[in-house]
Amino acid sequence: MSTHSITLKVNGEEHTREVEARLLLVHLIREELELTGTHIGCDTTSCGACTILLNGRPVKSCTMFAVQASGAEIASVEGLATNGNLHPIQEGFTEKHGLQCGYCTPGMMMTTVALLKDNPNPNEEDIRWGVAD
Amino acid sequence: MIPASFDYTCPKTVAEAVSLLGQNPEAKILAGGHSLIPMMRFRMATPAMLVDINQLEGLSYIKEEGDWLEIGAMTRESELDRSELVRKSYSLLADTTRVIADPLVRNLATVGGNIAHADPANDHPATMLAYGAEVTATGPDGERSIPIGDFFLDAFTTSLSHDEILTAIRIPRAVEKSGGAYFKLERKVGDYATVAVAAQLVLNGDGKIASAGIGLTNVGLTPIKATAAEEALTGKVLDDASIKEAARLASEVAEPIEDQRGSEEYKRHLVRTFTSRALRKAQERAEGGGV
Ligand SMILES: Cc1cc2nc3c(=O)[nH]c(=O)nc-3n(C[C@H](O)[C@H](O)[C@H](O)COP(=O)(O)OP(=O)(O)OC[C@H]3O[C@@H](n4cnc5c(N)ncnc54)[C@H](O)[C@@H]3O)c2cc1C
Ligand code: FES
Repeated sequence: MSTHSITLKVNGEEHTREVEARLLLVHLIREELELTGTHIGCDTTSCGACTILLNGRPVKSCTMFAVQASGAEIASVEGLATNGNLHPIQEGFTEKHGLQCGYCTPGMMMTTVALLKDNPNPNEEDIRWGVAD
Repeated sequence: MIPASFDYTCPKTVAEAVSLLGQNPEAKILAGGHSLIPMMRFRMATPAMLVDINQLEGLSYIKEEGDWLEIGAMTRESELDRSELVRKSYSLLADTTRVIADPLVRNLATVGGNIAHADPANDHPATMLAYGAEVTATGPDGERSIPIGDFFLDAFTTSLSHDEILTAIRIPRAVEKSGGAYFKLERKVGDYATVAVAAQLVLNGDGKIASAGIGLTNVGLTPIKATAAEEALTGKVLDDASIKEAARLASEVAEPIEDQRGSEEYKRHLVRTFTSRALRKAQERAEGGGV
C-alpha cells in the first residue's frame, strides 16, 4: 500500500495532500477538501453526480484515483459562482427548473459548462449527445 | 465502495512499465480505468500494484501510415469521436466509438483498454475483427504484431503475456469503395450491447464484394468473427438473397446465452436483423452514398 504526496489546483486554489493510492478523487474532493457539492450517486460509474472538470474535460471523479490528478486543474460546482453571483448555467438551471430531485444537478451543470465551452450554440441533438448519449 | 489497498506506480517510459510488470506478477495496468476501477470498487479485482500508463509519452495518436490506420493504445474514445479522419474514412470505427458508454466515460476510456480488457460486451473487439486489425504488443523483447483473430482467447483473456502492453492497434487503411457500419441494441443509453454487429465491405470495380468482415459483440465468451458469412458474401453482389444468407450464417455462429438482456432466440434474431442492416449500410457507404 503506497501513499503519495500530491498537489493539485481545485477551483484555482492549490492544495497539497498526503493520500493513500486507493483514495478516489471524489473522496479527496468531498472529504479532504470539504467541497461537498460534488456528489456520489452510484457505485457503477453510471450516474454522473460526481462530475468535475479535469483540465477542462468533464469526467466522473468516482472513477479515478486522487493520485492520478496530481498536477491537474480541477473545477467543481463550487467554483462556478463568482463574487456571490451565480454562473449563467446556475441561473439557467434555476430559471428553467432544470432538475428533478437535484442530486445530480452539480454534475449536470459541470457537464453543461464543458459542452457550451466546446459548442456555444448547440442544437437539441448536440445537447442530447453532449449530456448523455 | 472503496478498493482494496495497492501500490501505485506511474512510469514515464514503456520500458519502465514493462519492467515493473515483469517484476510484479500481481500488478495490473491502469489505462482509462473505466473497466478496472469499477471492478476494484466491487473488489472483483484486487491487484497488489497498479502500473498507470497515462503518463507514457507517444501512445495517443491516430495516423495513416503505409497500409494502415494506426491508433495509439491510450487514445481516448472522445478523441476517436472527434477525429475528422475517422469520421471521413473509417465509418465503422466512428459508429462504434459513438455508442460506447456515455460522453463522460469516453473522455477517459481508451481504445487500448477496450481491446485488452476483452470483455465480451466491449464494442471495439468485434469491430476490429470485422476490419481484420492487428494489435501491437510491447514487452521485454520489444514489439510484436498479433492478428486480431489470435488475440481473444476467452472472456477477459487475451494472448498478451503479463509483461506486455498493448501499445497500438492497426486497421487496414481505407481503400476506394470500402465502408462499414456498427449496429448495436442497448437497453438504455450508455449500456453495454444486448447484441451488436460490425460489418465492413470492400467492393470491386464491378460492384461485387471483394472482401467482407463481420464481427459480433456479446453473443459468446469472446467477440465472434462470422467467417462463414464473410466467405459466402465474397465475390457476390449484395442483394436480398446474399444478405439473407449472410445474416443466417452469422446468427448460426453466434453463441448467445439467456440473461437479463434477453433470451437466446431473441439475441439470434437480433444478430440476423443487425447483420442485414449493417451490411446494407456498409454497402451504401462503400458506394459513396454518404456516411
Ligand atoms: C458506465 C460505463 C459504461 C460502459 N459502456 C461501455 C460500452 O457500451 N461499450 C464498451 O465497449 N465499453 C463500455 N464501457 C467500458 C469502457 O469503454 C472501458 O473504459 C474499457 O472497457 C476499458 O478501457 P480503459 O482504458 O478504461 O481500461 P482500464 O479500465 O484501465 O483497463 C481495463 C483492463 O485492461 C488492461 N489494460 C488496459 N490498457 C491496457 C494496455 N494498453 N495493454 C495491456 N492491458 C491493458 C488493464 O490492466 C485492465 O485489466 C463502459 C464503462 C462504464 C464505466
Ligand atoms: S458517483 Fe455515479 S458516476 Fe460517479
